[in-house]
Amino acid sequence: MGDAPDTEGRSGGGLARYVVSKLGGALTSLLLVILLGFFLFRVLPGDPVQTMTRGRAVSADQIAELRERFGLDLPLWQQFVDYLFGVLRGDLGVSYFYSRPVSDLIAERFWPTVLLAGTSTVLAVLLGIWLGTRSAWRHGSRFDRTATGVSLTLWSVPTFWLGLIMLMVFGVGVGPIPGMFPTGGITSPDTPPGLLPYVLDVAHHLVLPCITMVAVIFAQYQMVMRSSLLEEMGADYLTTARAKGLRDDLVRRRHAVPNAMLPTVTLIFLHLGLVVSGAIMVETVFSWPGLGLLTYQALDVPDLPLLQGTFIVLAGAVVAMNLIADLLYRFLDPRVRAS
Amino acid sequence: MTATQSPGAIAWTRRRTAFATGWSSFRSQRAGLVGLGVLVLIAVLALAAPLLTDQAGLDVTQATADRLEPPSMQHWLGTDENGRSVLLLTWWGARISLLVGLAATVLSVGIGTLVGILAAHFGGLTSAALMRVTDFFLVVPSLVLAIALSTVLARGLGTIVLAIGLTAWPTTARLVRAQTLAVEARPYIERAKALGAGHGHLIGSHVLPGVLPLVFANTTLAVASAVIAESTLSFLGLGDPTLVSWGAMLKSAMDTGAVTGGAWWYLLPPGLGIVTVVLAFTLCGRALETVLNPRLRGSR
Repeated sequence: MGDAPDTEGRSGGGLARYVVSKLGGALTSLLLVILLGFFLFRVLPGDPVQTMTRGRAVSADQIAELRERFGLDLPLWQQFVDYLFGVLRGDLGVSYFYSRPVSDLIAERFWPTVLLAGTSTVLAVLLGIWLGTRSAWRHGSRFDRTATGVSLTLWSVPTFWLGLIMLMVFGVGVGPIPGMFPTGGITSPDTPPGLLPYVLDVAHHLVLPCITMVAVIFAQYQMVMRSSLLEEMGADYLTTARAKGLRDDLVRRRHAVPNAMLPTVTLIFLHLGLVVSGAIMVETVFSWPGLGLLTYQALDVPDLPLLQGTFIVLAGAVVAMNLIADLLYRFLDPRVRAS
Repeated sequence: MTATQSPGAIAWTRRRTAFATGWSSFRSQRAGLVGLGVLVLIAVLALAAPLLTDQAGLDVTQATADRLEPPSMQHWLGTDENGRSVLLLTWWGARISLLVGLAATVLSVGIGTLVGILAAHFGGLTSAALMRVTDFFLVVPSLVLAIALSTVLARGLGTIVLAIGLTAWPTTARLVRAQTLAVEARPYIERAKALGAGHGHLIGSHVLPGVLPLVFANTTLAVASAVIAESTLSFLGLGDPTLVSWGAMLKSAMDTGAVTGGAWWYLLPPGLGIVTVVLAFTLCGRALETVLNPRLRGSR
């Protein structure tokens, strides 16, 4: 990744200094996210109330009332201080559309997104590592060329379009293909009571959105796994392992793959931001009741307090994931630790 | 022969030779050539749209066909929810999608190159501050930021371009910074400095020519992601509602029940358009990278 860790590590300050500097960086980013959240949604629109009531007939009284409700009649610095302390306490304001605290809405929609993004990431990582390993071990083979071609093509496919196609073919059904999967939501209204039917129902609803996300994100893991294994393949220790008479697949599994896994492992955390973006599209297409759908629904109104809240939560989560990636990289790779 | 040539002419000859070598090396990459061919074809078609087709067909009030009609001899790709020809919409949509993709890329690559060169050239506090900002933009999910930007600004083409441009530049900045550092470590830069070259001259005549080829390769890859970003933002309803783009077509396909009605002819053309353009730019970019980065050119 970045060149910053190298220069910081070289000064020999050790682990503590590294952790402190990374922690400081993440806190700065978090502060910038909060600042941006304030300026983007309160200052940039000029008059947020006008943005929210765009295209609607609203009386002057209603505008004045809205203004008071969002504290827009206060001086800017007062608004900022209120906002800052609110965010620190976990208070993200009140949604304009739902008339409920934004933090409650986000908490409700949080787990469906974690379920969707988490399952997809796990599957995409497994698929990517497997394909990447096979491609690199026999680079130039037909398998390698096919796998690389397929993932390059899927990488060029807009997530939402793939979702629409999946929805039409396997949800609604086209021609001889019957609709096999639910077209939206996370549960059906007619599920029998009990835990097992509930889990199966959710899993049934999860299939199409999950396949869509995996198809789009597995490519990056495959590419990175392939290229980092290719880097390793010339290494002396592999020649040594082979010279010992180890079987080819043992050399691969015990020696080459574990070393090549490093970049992939940190990439998982770095790319969670992309997964979040993908989730917005997939949730919109499949009406999956997560943070992405919440964002999409807030766009139409537009519900600025809600959008501000989801922005802070989504961006903040990615900052946290990046911090984990940095620390993990340092922890996993002794070469970074020693240099 | 060198004694009679002016320095400018020498540099010109050298660049032309370098370009010729690069081109012959690019030509040997089949995938890159295919990508380039497809791009040229699509660009010609998009530019020729007003000559070969009638824009009046995009007018909802003048549509005569039924809504969501399947493909027929009269409408090769069927019709949309207003009875307009999907073929015509896709053709004209290419213009907006490509225009936004290219404009956003110019903006993002411009910002990225400027930030990268300034950070590497001036170093110290400037570099620290600029890279801090770059890292921040690299971390914040760009789609989320682009959504936020296009919500608060007035909806339209300019906003989409701005939203993509302002969120996509950090990768270019990092790349350019690394390359500038490599270029500035070379002895001829030191010589120029010793001869009293100013910052402007150093950057303009020495650093920029060394960095530009890489920027160019990066640009083709950036267009690919900008085209996807445009379609995504339009699909979310953040584009200009009066203009036809591929993303906007897919949005109306979803909103008007083309998906649940099984109107595949309305979904496939704009989507395949996006995939084709993005794949073509990606193939070109990868081929260019191989040409410019000798490490990748080896037997692998």
